[in-house]
Amino acid sequence: MNTVWSLAKVVVLEMIRRKDFYVLFILTVLLTLTAASVNLFNDRSIVRYLKEICLLLIWLSALVIAITCTARQIPAEREHRTLFPLLAKPVTRGQFVLGKFLGCWLAVGLALAGFYLFFGLVSATREQHWPMLNYLQAAWLHWLMLGIVIAFTLLGSILFATPSSNGTICFACAAGILLLGRHLNKVALSLAEPLQSLLYTAYFILPHLEIFDVRELIIHDAGLIRWDMFALATLYAAAYTAFFLFAAWLAFRRRPLN
Amino acid sequence: MEATVSIENLRVEYSSRDLGESTKVAVNGLTLRVGQGEVFGFLGPNGAGKTSTMNVLLGFVPPTSGTARIFGVDVREPIARQRIGYLPEQTYYYKFLTAEELLRFYAGIFGIPRPETEARIDAVLKLVELDHARKRQIKTYSKGMQQRVGLAQALINNPDLLILDEPTSGLDPIGRMKVREIIQRLKGEGKTVFFSSHELGEVETVCDRVAILHQGELKTEGRVSDLLKEHSANLEQIFLKLIGYPPLP
Repeated sequence: MNTVWSLAKVVVLEMIRRKDFYVLFILTVLLTLTAASVNLFNDRSIVRYLKEICLLLIWLSALVIAITCTARQIPAEREHRTLFPLLAKPVTRGQFVLGKFLGCWLAVGLALAGFYLFFGLVSATREQHWPMLNYLQAAWLHWLMLGIVIAFTLLGSILFATPSSNGTICFACAAGILLLGRHLNKVALSLAEPLQSLLYTAYFILPHLEIFDVRELIIHDAGLIRWDMFALATLYAAAYTAFFLFAAWLAFRRRPLN
Repeated sequence: MEATVSIENLRVEYSSRDLGESTKVAVNGLTLRVGQGEVFGFLGPNGAGKTSTMNVLLGFVPPTSGTARIFGVDVREPIARQRIGYLPEQTYYYKFLTAEELLRFYAGIFGIPRPETEARIDAVLKLVELDHARKRQIKTYSKGMQQRVGLAQALINNPDLLILDEPTSGLDPIGRMKVREIIQRLKGEGKTVFFSSHELGEVETVCDRVAILHQGELKTEGRVSDLLKEHSANLEQIFLKLIGYPPLP
């Protein structure tokens, strides 16, 4: 575990020292504050509209941070040749993949904490209440979803040649699933065979990232998600993350280093 | 003498579709032993199979056939790398870290306890003369300093075997001299050093024994003094003769 933790700490340090997070955070703050300035007559629906914009920006920023941070990890290790002194130490390729995943996930977790804190402050100043449990449920599910995205981006960084192509593919996949994932079965119904079966298979195989999108919960102050469903969603995310990490390890252990 | 590195009948093949061949033999039937406390020079022209052999020793590439052992442990076992330090040629370490942080990171991988880590960091940074720059990010280092931080990371676990791939490559004469001094100091501490270099004068100065490889095959192996006596020539002349240079008209 020492090895995995050491690898993860370096990834977290990298994110702290790079400008990506700060740029996106400042952008989110500026856009949200600009939107907040149109809050006239203390209209409640405008507060919701503001919360919606802020959360959308947080979702977009977090996705960008998760994918860009993860996509460059292994290619940068190869390009700068730091992979060689690292794997010349008693580090297995499995530990390497796990360490990179943990680092990216923790780094994104830190970024999310900052974003949600800002969101909490914005909504608390407008609504004078802070539904902590709702926020925690939403942030946790969001973080789990990003765990799946990080795991498949890590797999992509082993399979695809450049971080930019991997980043683009992963971003398109994640955005596609988030927007269309829940409709795939309905679209499949309207298609002829064999497309129908193919789309149905995709519907059942793809990770349904959209189930982790519970922004409505904090925009409309809906009740809490049932804890058994919450635990099930956690298990669902853990299973997909483990699957992608296992695939990444399989691909990486067979890959020649030079 | 106990063998720190033992290589038996090693063969390494690569599939090289790009070259229009089915396989390329990088190392062919190499047998080699490096004893404890020796400074061993691994020589050969580019493409001779030195890096492939090192890659096998470090577990980066599995041997096609034959065996390689470090301290009696098969190199495919990660634990074989617990007592070695490796300095690759021209590596750009995590530039956002300071030397101290980099060394702490590698120490963490070896599971070195915290108080011992700090003592080791102090010792290796003094040894490579980077103590003054320990809190500066690596991106601000010169090439020579980067090479020395590489040497520091290779020494952080107080290894019994050091594998150095072209340790003086790209360094100015002062940088080379410093690296040479460090190798000699390590030899004085009883460490085994296995290194490849194209600087034959340097090899002649610091090595106890050398092996010369050409086209994947071992051409000669022996004590530097014995080779010089046997061929009545310097190492560079011996090297050129063994690899067939200049080619016959």
